[in-house]
Amino acid sequence: MSDRSEREKNPEAESPSAFGRSTRRTFLSRLGMAGLMASAGPITVGAQSSGGTQPESATASNDAVPVALRVNGKKYDLRIDPRTTLLDCLREHLHLTGSKKGCDHGQCGACTVHINGRRQLSCLSFAALHEGDEITTIEGIGQPEQMHPMQAAFVEYDAYQCGYCTCGQIMSAVALLKEPCGPDDAEVKEFMSGNICRCGAYQNIVAAIQKVRRGAKAG
Amino acid sequence: MKTFQLTRPEDERQAVATAAKAKTAQQSADIRFIAGGTTLIDLMKLNVEQPQNLVDLNRLRLDKIEASPDGGLTIGATVRNSELAWHPLVRKNYPVLSEAILSGATVQIRNMATTAGNLLQRTRCMYFRDTAMPCNKREPGSGCAAITGVNRNLAILGTSEHCIATNPSDMNVALTALEATIHIRGTKGERTVPIGDFHLLPGKTPQRETVLEPGDLITHITLPPPASGTRSLYLKLRDRASYEFALASAAVVITHANGKITRARVALGGVGTKPWRSPEAETELTGQPAIDAVFRKAAEAALRDAKPQSQNGFKVELAKRCLVHALKLVTENA
Repeated sequence: MSDRSEREKNPEAESPSAFGRSTRRTFLSRLGMAGLMASAGPITVGAQSSGGTQPESATASNDAVPVALRVNGKKYDLRIDPRTTLLDCLREHLHLTGSKKGCDHGQCGACTVHINGRRQLSCLSFAALHEGDEITTIEGIGQPEQMHPMQAAFVEYDAYQCGYCTCGQIMSAVALLKEPCGPDDAEVKEFMSGNICRCGAYQNIVAAIQKVRRGAKAG
Repeated sequence: MKTFQLTRPEDERQAVATAAKAKTAQQSADIRFIAGGTTLIDLMKLNVEQPQNLVDLNRLRLDKIEASPDGGLTIGATVRNSELAWHPLVRKNYPVLSEAILSGATVQIRNMATTAGNLLQRTRCMYFRDTAMPCNKREPGSGCAAITGVNRNLAILGTSEHCIATNPSDMNVALTALEATIHIRGTKGERTVPIGDFHLLPGKTPQRETVLEPGDLITHITLPPPASGTRSLYLKLRDRASYEFALASAAVVITHANGKITRARVALGGVGTKPWRSPEAETELTGQPAIDAVFRKAAEAALRDAKPQSQNGFKVELAKRCLVHALKLVTENA
């Protein structure tokens, strides 16, 4: 988890200078390749020249494309590498670090955002595909001094432990309020199955969501 | 991920012309269409797909669902899965399709994934997804690691000695039982392909999964009108209750009159290298009463040619029971 917490403290830490957008998997496979191709060559900045591997980094490359995004009601004009996922764009270019990178393969839901009012996975999409879309992140849902009822319910019901999945959980839960989800806990669980909580706070998450749904109905 | 160029065509003609320059429309295509991205971007992150050019289809307005003049349904290529699953006409006339889509993936993914993208969904065989392993589908001629490896989730129908990868889609199974037609615009104009002919068996060329050629753009699919007195249902069996691929599934579309089955369409998922239509089961059902003995006979016929691997022998009986139970549920109180 150390790389994750490092990223949290300093979003720029995962700068493209050293290994590009490395994952453990690509790091290891590139290490293997470089080892084969340049047996003694150390892996350093600019390893592509020593290893002969293709550079994969997203440095201000010539391939950058202009992208105009609307996030939380604010317009941003960016020039980004087309490979930039919406998640990386939000976190590293716009510094909206509420959306989290869990698996980066669409399996955990930590990166959930709303696009034109519907919840989607920001890690499984390129930012450049979202011109003209209305993007909402957890930062646009509520703020500490003015929490969304779902955020307040998560606090009230202790619907988290480590908190890493929480923003994604809340983004899904807020979207769920407008989805055709039946009244029972079982249906809430089915609708929330795309958000994994490794701490296992599921019972409290369901309780928080049901509290808000009952409140919304009563109101 | 390898870098790529992003192309934003204004219309279908431009999209087709751009993609027509590709060397192949199959595995390792150098030019790829992108819409939802849920399969493609995942595979690009794994370096399983390395397109040099992505053609964005999201501006082509292929996102409409409309009643066809013949009483059927026309579904645009970029209609999102959730849109399709909850559409009132789908809920009413094609429940098997709604149930199949809602049984797959998660709300977030269904909000992104498209009709045509789901048709082209790639296998979840872990050897296909891991570039460190041999895989004839990913790299023709490199061998199949699954046949001697971990194959519990893989196919028992339509396999070859070169590939046993399962088609993972639930939607495709329902579309197969509904006899959907796929409408394609290519360099030579428009054509239609019945879904049964759209996906290819792996044979000696598992890298070829569909009939698509460079430039071919799926524009929409159509469903025939539902016959009166027809009921349909999708039953999916899996390792956990949600967000999991099928170990076995069954899509059944049954017309029932005067105590007898007059028409049956049966397709199986999770067990085939392509969405698996079973004409054998349909023959066993047609003209017969809706009783367990008939269902069991149909299931035996559907799995007669099953070829289990070292770890997935359980799928043969599981698929049979899945089909029997689906037939039972769909004919109950008919």
